[in-house]
Amino acid sequence: MLRVEAALRLGAFALDVALATPAGGCLALAGPSGAGKSSVLRVVAGLVRPDSGSVSCGEEVWLDTARGVDVAPERRRCGYVFQEYALFPHLRAWQNVAYSLRGLARRERHRRALELLDRFGIAHLADARPSTLSGGERQRVALARALARRPRALLLDEPLSALDARTRASASRELAAVLRETGVPALLVTHDFTEAALLGDRVGVIDGGRVIQQGTAAELAASPASAFVADFTGAVVLTGTARPGGAGLTHVTLDGGGIVSSTDPGAGLVAVSVYPWEITLAPNGTQPSGSAQNHLDVEVISITAVGNRVRVGLAAPQPLTAEITEPATHQLDLKPGARAIASWKAAATRLLIR
Amino acid sequence: MSRRPRAFAVVLAASLSAVLCFLTLPIVAIFTQTSPLELLASLGEEGALDALRLSVICSASAIALIVLLGTPAAYLLATRHFRGRATLVTLIELPLVLPPAVAGIGLLAALGPNGALGGLIEDAGIQLVLTTAGVIVALTFVSAPFFLRQAQSAFEALDRDWLDASRTLGASEARTFMAVAVPTAGPGLASGLALAWGRALGEFGATLMFAGSFQGITQTAPLAIYGTFSTDFTGALALSAVLVAVSAALLLSVKLLGGSAWLGSAAR
Repeated sequence: MLRVEAALRLGAFALDVALATPAGGCLALAGPSGAGKSSVLRVVAGLVRPDSGSVSCGEEVWLDTARGVDVAPERRRCGYVFQEYALFPHLRAWQNVAYSLRGLARRERHRRALELLDRFGIAHLADARPSTLSGGERQRVALARALARRPRALLLDEPLSALDARTRASASRELAAVLRETGVPALLVTHDFTEAALLGDRVGVIDGGRVIQQGTAAELAASPASAFVADFTGAVVLTGTARPGGAGLTHVTLDGGGIVSSTDPGAGLVAVSVYPWEITLAPNGTQPSGSAQNHLDVEVISITAVGNRVRVGLAAPQPLTAEITEPATHQLDLKPGARAIASWKAAATRLLIR
Repeated sequence: MSRRPRAFAVVLAASLSAVLCFLTLPIVAIFTQTSPLELLASLGEEGALDALRLSVICSASAIALIVLLGTPAAYLLATRHFRGRATLVTLIELPLVLPPAVAGIGLLAALGPNGALGGLIEDAGIQLVLTTAGVIVALTFVSAPFFLRQAQSAFEALDRDWLDASRTLGASEARTFMAVAVPTAGPGLASGLALAWGRALGEFGATLMFAGSFQGITQTAPLAIYGTFSTDFTGALALSAVLVAVSAALLLSVKLLGGSAWLGSAAR
């Protein structure tokens, strides 16, 4: 179990977090840049000393400001994977991996480094300099280097963000496997909620130096605690004013026009959140059918293909995004400037008090 | 196509030609004013060889001192932020802009027989003024800032993550300095070393005032050139030619060394 509690003030920025992740578990901290994600990792690794707080890993106490304990970074045994990987440019790949294997004979260090590189399928690159490696190869060398010391905890700073989109998918599968295998607590930070959901078995959304909400990715997406979390998890967020309607529904008059219903209770100023994949589109002028309660007249603003889906940017007049399939786009003859009806169920509509 | 870009290109080329002519002419002249045989012959004179030997020994000693003491100092200035750091950096850079004569007077006032620390040095049994050790002190004083400045910016340019990564991989701060910071800052440190060495080889004013000009003891090559040029111009030319060659070789070898290091191949 890795436990972190830290309060830190750096100029106008204040960090105040309390986190825990069990052995074999991965807690993914997700938040925008400047939220204080990397500071948390640096506190755990001992590279930054918080004003007050404690860090413990299993039985070992690494930091306890109240008792004056502050173990030096080199004695904490954290496997730290830096955002740009921070490979030593003057050392070959195997020497990077062997860097932490002090006190062993050169042959033994070389053997152990090759073993680790082989595990990541890059033993043939052992003699390469980091500057000649691709992003994906660097990431693997960095992971091998972090694991070489048999770390007690793994810290990963945006492990996938330095990779191109094609490498990212395979790298994230590999990384997920590594996290499962190592069996030590892992703390990962990312600015991308999808990445957090993919790699973390629990996700904490961090903003302004505080963890706003923690839970599984599905929990966060299903019941975001605030509009920020909802927006961050990829939901559409609309603002409006709520009043109780009939039959257990709440009616929300959206700012700028339109009325939607939600099964959530609420009154006064609210944010309405719904996921793009919950929204269906129908041709303009047709009579809405089916069980969806919410229908808005919208104008198509943009159409962007994302993988096998299409993201349709809409104005209702508040911005709205629907995710539909490519054939559906053609059936509906959607083009920027066209009008359509966006529908979704009241049960898929979350209300958040503003 | 308008004419103006071409006209500007001509201006650029002309200014480069003018600069190049002016800067290389004196150096070329050293080698063309006398025949190579004459140069070699006058080098055979005892004073010339003494001066060259002294120059090499003293500048090498000064550089060794500067690198040993200056590298950790520059690392501290580059990696720690503390109050008064900017003032400290300015103080260290001050000798860069100090006239050599002022440096000489300053050294006398501080370390001379009647200087601030003169008594202390004398008690320790060390004689600096008018000795070879004094030459090394003078060279160290005037050339150290060249190295310090370069070393500091070389360390500042390092990716801080490299240093942090080293710590998380179990290396102490001292090992991080030796195994990561110094090698990765290598090319910058080498160019600082070359600048400082060049400055030390050419040092004249402070050495003359602090250590004097005694053949075989304190008369370095620049002092010997000054001492002989009115009576033996060819001898002075010969010594100058050697000094040019040594300095050029120094500059070239450092550039080659820096180029062949890991930085030469690609960015990180």
